[in-house]
Amino acid sequence: MSTPLIIEYLPILVFLLIGIALAVVMVGASYIISPKNPDAEKVSPYECGFEPFEDARTKFDVRFYLVSILFIIFDLEVAFLFPWAIALGDIGLFGFWSMMLFLGILTIGFIYEWKKGALEWE
Amino acid sequence: MILQGIAFYVFAALLVASGVMVISSRNPVHSVLYLILAFFQAAGLCLLMGAEFIAMILIIVYVGAVAVLFLFVVMMLDINFRELRQGALEVLPLGGLIGLILLAELAAVVGGWIVAPGVEKLAAAPTPAITSVTNTQALGQLMYTQYVYLFQACGIVLLIAMIGAIVLTLRHREGVRKQNIGDQLARRRDEVVAIRKVSSGEGV
Amino acid sequence: MTAVFPDIWPALPEIFLAVAGMALLLIGVFRGDGFTRPVSYLTVVVMLLAAILAMGYGAGRVVTFNGMFVMDAFGVFMKVLVLVSAALSVILSLGFNEREQMARFEYPVLMLFATLGMLMMISANDLISLYVGLETQSLALYVIAAFRRDSAKSSEAGLKYFVLGALSSGMLLYGASLLYGFAGTTSFDKIAALFAGGAHASPGVVIGLVFVLTGLAFKVSAAPFHMWAPDVYEGAPTPVTAFFAAAPKVAAIALLTRVLIEPFGHLTAQWHQVLVATAVLSMLIGSFAAIMQTNIKRLMAYSSIGHVGYAMVGLAAGNQDGVRGVLIYMALYVAMNIGAFAVILSMKAKGLMLEQIKDFSGLSKTNPMLAATMAIFMFSMAGIPPMAGFFGKLYVFLAAIEVQDYTLAVIGVLTSVVGAFYYLRIVKIMYFDEPLVVVDKVEDDGMTGILVVTSLFTLLFFVAPAPILNGAAAAAAALFAG
Repeated sequence: MSTPLIIEYLPILVFLLIGIALAVVMVGASYIISPKNPDAEKVSPYECGFEPFEDARTKFDVRFYLVSILFIIFDLEVAFLFPWAIALGDIGLFGFWSMMLFLGILTIGFIYEWKKGALEWE
Repeated sequence: MILQGIAFYVFAALLVASGVMVISSRNPVHSVLYLILAFFQAAGLCLLMGAEFIAMILIIVYVGAVAVLFLFVVMMLDINFRELRQGALEVLPLGGLIGLILLAELAAVVGGWIVAPGVEKLAAAPTPAITSVTNTQALGQLMYTQYVYLFQACGIVLLIAMIGAIVLTLRHREGVRKQNIGDQLARRRDEVVAIRKVSSGEGV
Repeated sequence: MTAVFPDIWPALPEIFLAVAGMALLLIGVFRGDGFTRPVSYLTVVVMLLAAILAMGYGAGRVVTFNGMFVMDAFGVFMKVLVLVSAALSVILSLGFNEREQMARFEYPVLMLFATLGMLMMISANDLISLYVGLETQSLALYVIAAFRRDSAKSSEAGLKYFVLGALSSGMLLYGASLLYGFAGTTSFDKIAALFAGGAHASPGVVIGLVFVLTGLAFKVSAAPFHMWAPDVYEGAPTPVTAFFAAAPKVAAIALLTRVLIEPFGHLTAQWHQVLVATAVLSMLIGSFAAIMQTNIKRLMAYSSIGHVGYAMVGLAAGNQDGVRGVLIYMALYVAMNIGAFAVILSMKAKGLMLEQIKDFSGLSKTNPMLAATMAIFMFSMAGIPPMAGFFGKLYVFLAAIEVQDYTLAVIGVLTSVVGAFYYLRIVKIMYFDEPLVVVDKVEDDGMTGILVVTSLFTLLFFVAPAPILNGAAAAAAALFAG
């Protein structure tokens, strides 16, 4: 019954399969074919010829987090726009203003964060 | 149909496998990457069920935004994850027990599969058949009108999330000097330049 | 397919709160943190106006927004209670926030949005609107708990509350999805009709219901899902604790009552035992675990766990009198709880907050009025007549006896005796111990007002109990008429 829908995604499946196959072949081939002769010094991590001083990970600033949270919120807002745009013909004026109200609520949030300086990096 | 079945088992197996890797890999960054893989598999499963929109949202929102946020959080915390994981084996029996209980409940539920009679008539707002409108359109026809209350409530929830994120993390640094183009353009020559007659040998 | 514009009038208090909340947010952000006090006052005014709007709602039961939202006399009673207690909590916070340098205008705005979520919970008539209302409330509360972000304790409280809140929301959603799968609908009305028609409650429905109950028990901090409460109550800033112990608890109890009575009123046999077990455990933990506490905020957390247990005794009866008992209990609980927190917030020496129980010693000598007020609340919470708390307990135990649940009533009375021990210990410490510190005078007018009003209410409730008794009776009747 839902065959037509799945058929539409068949090219993507084929694409995925080819992608996976290619990746497996490349990594696998280099793993199998390449000459390997490791010893303890060769595989140990180093930093410009020295022993590494510290962990490679460094702390991120909390401001990255704020930016990505705000991004997610507007990302979700945009996600709500897709079905609305498609169904706008069916849902009439009520549906249109419903979305306008939703956007209005988030615009108030946007004004708040702009005025608060959350969008500035300093 | 066979292709669908194979696809289901591949997606499901990869989903479970990457789920296990999320909690068992040593490096938290690898965990996040496995989580992204898990999101992709879940999107594939949603597609197989015909929930196209959910599948796409899963990729846009979860892979595109939430996973990035996770990476930031992992990078923000200065935690030695290897030490953190030391105690994991001790709580494994308890966690396993809870998992078993949930599994048993699920089995009981499936075993007692008696859907109440007349349920089909109750189904909240039947969407049109999937052959006549697309999944996304069917959602759009309901979400903004029939469920307007919930839709606007979601707007409020997002607004609260915005306020919360700013309240908890925004700090203004002291002593930051910023370029203010308006101020620069508004400066006039006679406000800032004073012409003095200086007699020789005396200084200003 | 043309949609009809829904009837928005029943949701007027919610819409008013939402619009006012956004307006206050904009006022605050344009005027800066120096404008916090006016924003707080406006928040109080908005909450009280919303309470008046809710009261202006006529009798009868109206369902709107395609069955998502319901308004009835039960909703009116609970909404007014939530709005009034939220308004009082805002007033309580003013002085503290300014002293502790956490006076930012987002605080009252977040309180307002949390209150909006509570109203949505009270009016939920569908599993989805239940969840959305609950999340609106919880999200704002998580932020408020961590509002003093420079204090490690406050951040920890916020994080703990968030993690356990998310866990409980997950359980609730798991249960709701099982219910949807096995009942075929999320609408409370349709679920009620299904089981009124004598439909068999399959294991799926029962397990789903138990999971929903578990999620809600987390939110009301009923044992055995109470472990977050003491830590969060202790770590959060004191005015936030006062708020947590009052308004969200009322809203969650209201939600629990509506869920049990309306959609699952015909499945009493299935949920009765769960509720009895939770009530007994809550009463036991609320009374025994509190004895060991040294911090007054932790003590209040255990006390609130116990009080939820007593309220659940009434709910377990599952009839109209039981629900009336719950409503009366919650109304009186809120009054004495806010009063007790007003005293705790007034306890400061040389500008520093006092949070230990031993700091109360000799309060009768250094500040007799404050000690007398606290004594009133402690006597009332212990359930000693003629204080208000006695009547609250009386009505829930009567309801339990009416349905011949003697064990529950007896356990309730016994645990109140144990509870009385630690409430009266505070009175003893205040009146018979030597003072350790000199407690400052109460200088905040709002605080004095709340102390006077709540203590008089608690003390003199028996003189004119009619408004609350009648309101609760009408509200309970409305729930059972639907």
